[in-house]
Amino acid sequence: MLNLLQIEFHKMRYNRATKIFLIIYFCLFFSITLFSSIRFNLGEINFQLAEQGIFNFPYIWHFNTYFAAILKIFLALVVISMISTEYSNQTLKQNLIDGLSKKEFILSKFYMIIALSLASTILIFLVSLGLGLIFSDFNEINIIFSEMGYLGTYFLKLVAFFSFCLFLGVWIKRSAFVIGALFVWWVAEGIIKGILTFRKQKYGIKDQISQFFPLEAMNNLIKEPLTKLGIVKSSIGVVNDVNIYWYQILIALIWTFIFVWGAYFLIKKRDL
Amino acid sequence: MSTYLKIKNLTKRYGSLTAVDDLSFEIKKGNIYGILGPNGSGKSTTLGMVLNVINPTSGNFEWFEGKTTTQEALKKIGAIIEHPNFYPYMTAVQNLELVCKIKGISTSNIEEKLAIVNLSDRKNSKFKTYSLGMKQRLAIASALLNNPKVLILDEPTNGLDPQGIHQIREIILKIAQQGTTILLASHLLYEVEKICSHVIILNKGKKIYEGSVKAMSSNYGYLELGVMEQQEKLINFLKNHDYFGEIEIKNKHEITVMLTQEVESATINKLLFKENIILSHLVKQNSSLEKNFLEITQNFKN
Repeated sequence: MLNLLQIEFHKMRYNRATKIFLIIYFCLFFSITLFSSIRFNLGEINFQLAEQGIFNFPYIWHFNTYFAAILKIFLALVVISMISTEYSNQTLKQNLIDGLSKKEFILSKFYMIIALSLASTILIFLVSLGLGLIFSDFNEINIIFSEMGYLGTYFLKLVAFFSFCLFLGVWIKRSAFVIGALFVWWVAEGIIKGILTFRKQKYGIKDQISQFFPLEAMNNLIKEPLTKLGIVKSSIGVVNDVNIYWYQILIALIWTFIFVWGAYFLIKKRDL
Repeated sequence: MSTYLKIKNLTKRYGSLTAVDDLSFEIKKGNIYGILGPNGSGKSTTLGMVLNVINPTSGNFEWFEGKTTTQEALKKIGAIIEHPNFYPYMTAVQNLELVCKIKGISTSNIEEKLAIVNLSDRKNSKFKTYSLGMKQRLAIASALLNNPKVLILDEPTNGLDPQGIHQIREIILKIAQQGTTILLASHLLYEVEKICSHVIILNKGKKIYEGSVKAMSSNYGYLELGVMEQQEKLINFLKNHDYFGEIEIKNKHEITVMLTQEVESATINKLLFKENIILSHLVKQNSSLEKNFLEITQNFKN
């Protein structure tokens, strides 16, 4: 396993495009957290996002993981390019001839996905902990380390999404088309979900189907945190169900398995 | 003599097209084999299958007498296929380091192999800056990294300028002299003639000839002789007669022998009969390699 990870790391470390995307990702990561801690002085208005309670423990775990997860698209580009370049340079073929098995090839990519997701999770943990310690109103140890489950679901959300990219990458091969397909999928899922929601309002049937869609399943791993926030809660008066249920985690895990296995199946069946 | 690769009834179909048709042959230690055939005759497909990148439709093959899995076998051999495939953004050394990691060997060989293919002075240039000839030479260096038992080369001189072709050929001959078993696929007759000791000719995916290059290129042709017993006696006779050149023993009953002058098979039959050697099989094969190659491939076109 370590050897496969080393092989993948060797491929990535000299790739300039990969390095640029990683730098952009981590810059955005930090700039967003910095942004929210800046105090705005717009004439009369003195506003600091951090004072609205978003950095309070344990709420910060939910809030930060939700927004940091949006940035995953930059890491997804790295994942997509690490598949598509293997096809465009025909290096996948060469790797196999040199003695890597098809299974090892997919595993090396999957291990890298785990590594990237883990790095991102550790980072969000450290950044959130730091911001929380500075801005949080509550600093008791047991409050700080409560609701840490969001870190776990954040990690799973990234792994599931990148596995989806891995599958599309192996299937479609060309990075531009993969990104296109990802977008089309996202729109299609949105439309179907919209129709289902509409039906729910019209006939009073609760929409239980859309949670099984892959992207929706990933969304359900960290639901929007805003309705939990004090000011929003008081203004709209409705609280969405933002709890995460065990079966939602299971759905995401099953999708991850399907994507990785599907990628292996495609590559195994194919002549190169 | 140990068998390195054994192919049995290997077949690959793409829809209605049969790219490789019921192909069987063996690669034995120490020989240099050429797979010869026009473009589209199934050479690359055959190599693709034994190299695990193309799934056979039927039939099978085994490396090293079935003692290892194909994947493990691939780590012990070296192969280059049509285009040299490397990571364009890495230098030669970085690319070779990656190959070492995949094959699970130490990186200590890199400098030596780069020197063999005369790339030492460009070793830190990125692959994308290389000319085709340099790329092909890097591919050879890469295939040599693990001191392979078998070296597989698919059209190694394709698309190169005369100087590049010459360089590659020199390198291959040098490797061959060190006793490495080589399997070379080519559509160029003189290339196979120059480098190989054995030849397998393919046409439309079918094997239409297999034997030694010498047998094919002999000017006066050669004889295939079969005896039930008395093989030693036959060989002694052939050795002491100036009609005959080099003798190749195929098995207990069959031999081939080069002819050194024009002679009819009836004459030979008579001669041997006088010596009380009864043949069970006698065929005279004519012609030079080129004529043979064209004849063989033409016959099969009709």
